[in-house]
Amino acid sequence: MTGATIPALLRRLAARAALGALLLILAIFAGVVIGETPLSPALIGQVLAHKLGHMPLPADPIDAGIIWNYRLPRTLVAAACGAGLALSGLVLQTLVRNALADPYLPGVSAGASTGAVAVTILGVGAGSIGISAGAFVGAALAFALVAALARAAGGGSAQLVLAGIAGSQLFNALTSFFIAKSANAEQARGIMFWLLGNLSGVRWPDVGLALPVALVGLLICLWHVRAMDAFSFGAGAAAALGVPVRRVVAVLIGAVTLMTATMVSLVGAIGFVGLVIPHAMRFLVGARHAGLVPCTALAGAVFLIAADIASRMMIPGQVVPIGVVTALVGAPGFALILIRNRRLA
Amino acid sequence: MRLAAHGLEFHAQGRAIVADVSLQVQPGETLALIGPNGSGKSTLLRLLAGLQPRGRGQVLLNDRPLQRMTRREIARCLAVVEQQAETSDSLTAWQVVQLGRTPWLSALSPFGPADADIIDESLAALGMAGMAERRWQTLSGGERQRVQIARALAQRPQILLLDEPTNHLDIHHQLALSRLIARLPLTVVMAVHDLNHAMTCDRLAVMSAGRLVACGPPRDVLTPDRLREIFRVNATLLTDPADGAALLRFHCLEEK
Repeated sequence: MTGATIPALLRRLAARAALGALLLILAIFAGVVIGETPLSPALIGQVLAHKLGHMPLPADPIDAGIIWNYRLPRTLVAAACGAGLALSGLVLQTLVRNALADPYLPGVSAGASTGAVAVTILGVGAGSIGISAGAFVGAALAFALVAALARAAGGGSAQLVLAGIAGSQLFNALTSFFIAKSANAEQARGIMFWLLGNLSGVRWPDVGLALPVALVGLLICLWHVRAMDAFSFGAGAAAALGVPVRRVVAVLIGAVTLMTATMVSLVGAIGFVGLVIPHAMRFLVGARHAGLVPCTALAGAVFLIAADIASRMMIPGQVVPIGVVTALVGAPGFALILIRNRRLA
Repeated sequence: MRLAAHGLEFHAQGRAIVADVSLQVQPGETLALIGPNGSGKSTLLRLLAGLQPRGRGQVLLNDRPLQRMTRREIARCLAVVEQQAETSDSLTAWQVVQLGRTPWLSALSPFGPADADIIDESLAALGMAGMAERRWQTLSGGERQRVQIARALAQRPQILLLDEPTNHLDIHHQLALSRLIARLPLTVVMAVHDLNHAMTCDRLAVMSAGRLVACGPPRDVLTPDRLREIFRVNATLLTDPADGAALLRFHCLEEK
């Protein structure tokens, strides 16, 4: 741990970054290759060469379309969502100092579902805004309400948790109320499907939104790794160590809200990624955020790509909602972590 | 570094926890804060560090108001060790002490070998060098206390604020810590319960019900009348025949 020179540190850092990038590229590759229509890796090379390098396309244009218009954007959005949600969970667990904090703690997913329901069932916006825009507005509103309530209650982390519970309950109840009051069976089923997470509708414009948001979120988190370390002993201790607590919390919570609201509005409220991945990474790479932040983002991305592949392949001819897959894997994973935690303590 | 405070106040639930406290601590001086439970010692320390929300009054570090300094500037001058420190993160003693380097590090001045040396020195100063790789959760109360003090030293501050630093420490480490603090060229303010330990400090400040009721050299402050009035004990001043050091022996007020 001691005495490493700066060039040696940089070399080690570069090696690790290269390894991470390789893992991510392999996962994206798998996400594109594996599916109900089996496609050869060679075909992917041809399509990429055609699209990016304007080379002639020798392959079947339908297969090429599946790759370019369907699987590649879907896999990229899965990666961005996985990274964004896992990072959001990590930041909230660090700031709130609660192991059970997840990205939906400040009422974001509940608000998103209310927004989505308001648009699809109540017809808010009269067709001018889509389900994603409605979800984003709902998520932001819910978060603003929860933050205001937490502030009015004293502004501590316990207050944020409690205000989040109140806000989530309120917005979940609103969603159920709207569905019960106005939705027909078909609409209710559609909403349910959307809430459990759904990547099938993802196209290139979604990539243009999800990727930059995930990257900006990652950069903001990387910039604050040392400040997040200082929160180990609480916000007061962080302030005593020279961290401008108010500003850091505002910036990080802002990044979390942006990431979570964007991801939820694109693909629905996918659970467990934000809760389990940060814990799993703490066991693997330790509690220091300099390692934890990039590893959590990478693991979240790879995990959600894998979950997406599983959701397409689990039942032939049918897509299982990705939120079901993440929970099916995540719940036993979390149980293992809890048991291991006890053994270590 | 000189530490001065004017009119420090903190109210909670309509009650004054600290009321109108002003004091001056000279560079290199060790000031012990004494007073019964709930007299406001810990709150006063937090006010001095600028860490008490809704606190009032002014604190000056070398005539510079705390309010005009950034948290980073403050943390470079002044380190605090509170009574309680708890984390659920799985950190080693070395990593906890490393947190003390936070105010000195930035993207442009990353953690380097010099920082690592400071951490090793700080751990060694508290006799914790052999436990650098031990996890925080496996350390005893006294060991945690020493790690936190090492963390404060790793901040390389000029002022040290300690809240009952010898709490949880065995007698050997109590004496070792007192000697270390006496030797450090720092300005120290510490809350102390052991009045015999307080006797060895340069000056004592007596808190009672949030007010500073006396401040001065130990022998002037710890008079029998004041001990009876504020601490509700009778005391006899003894002298150690070995070195002539003064020693207090206490008796319950009710027994006499």
